[in-house]
Amino acid sequence: MAGNAAMMIQATPHAQALGMRVLAIEEARCVADIPWRADLVGDPDTGVIASGAVTTLLDNSCGVAAFAALSAPTSTATLDLRIDYMRPARPGAAVRADARCYKLTRSVAFVRAFAFDSDDESDPVAAAQATFMLGAGKAGQNRKPRG
Amino acid sequence: MTEPSTIARDLDPAALKALFDRVPYAKFIGLKLELKGDELTAILPYQDSLIGNPMLPALHGGVVAALMELTAVAQITLSQPVGPDGALKVPKTIDVSIDYLRSGRPVDTFARAHVTKLGRRIANVRVEAWQGNRADPIAALHGHFLIPQDDPLG
Repeated sequence: MAGNAAMMIQATPHAQALGMRVLAIEEARCVADIPWRADLVGDPDTGVIASGAVTTLLDNSCGVAAFAALSAPTSTATLDLRIDYMRPARPGAAVRADARCYKLTRSVAFVRAFAFDSDDESDPVAAAQATFMLGAGKAGQNRKPRG
Repeated sequence: MTEPSTIARDLDPAALKALFDRVPYAKFIGLKLELKGDELTAILPYQDSLIGNPMLPALHGGVVAALMELTAVAQITLSQPVGPDGALKVPKTIDVSIDYLRSGRPVDTFARAHVTKLGRRIANVRVEAWQGNRADPIAALHGHFLIPQDDPLG
């Protein structure tokens, strides 16, 4: 599902609007970033990127990691997303999210992600925990048509 | 130790709007604030760039989260005494937890926040976001926010 997973960011208008880039997709893992941009700043006094932009990056990366864990394409819907903001990202630096789907059941994907603003992974900017429901699209979408 | 020298008074709605007008990201997503008395409604007018799933289509869950977080920040700012210099104290997000209840349709989205507890250092806040019907929210947030301290030594 890795190839399809990359499409999930390219075909997402809001990810495009934020300038989100896919850096790596492996089985059950997605690494993506958002380069710093003046119009994404949340604190005009410091130039720190808005937490909302980091949230969207983490949400999107977690969704792609869940999708990249699947053996066949299935619709995914975010049930719950928890974000901890440990510190402000450095102004001017890209924010990178590394998301891993660490458990997949028949109906739920469990994903964890960290956001970094440098190669130093001991000092994350934010952390996320997300759960996704699988096969949660439109009613009947995943069912065979009745004959 | 003396209490911070803040004077509680009615917040000027224009001051809150001016504060958010300065935030580039709020402009980027198109956030609008409507203030009636102490009741604040945040509005995210629909635009195509907010779509997360073009197949459904549905709003991006991240931008719905961002709307609710900004609503919480605005409501806490509104709930606090204004400093003697009129400066608003803007809280910092510590953590947010979001329940997605239904997919956001490609229409305008609204959000209102309730400050469950406003402590000296921490505010606990709940937010709901809805579209057509307020009783049928599309998402809910609860989070913790750090209140900036007057005392530079914290």
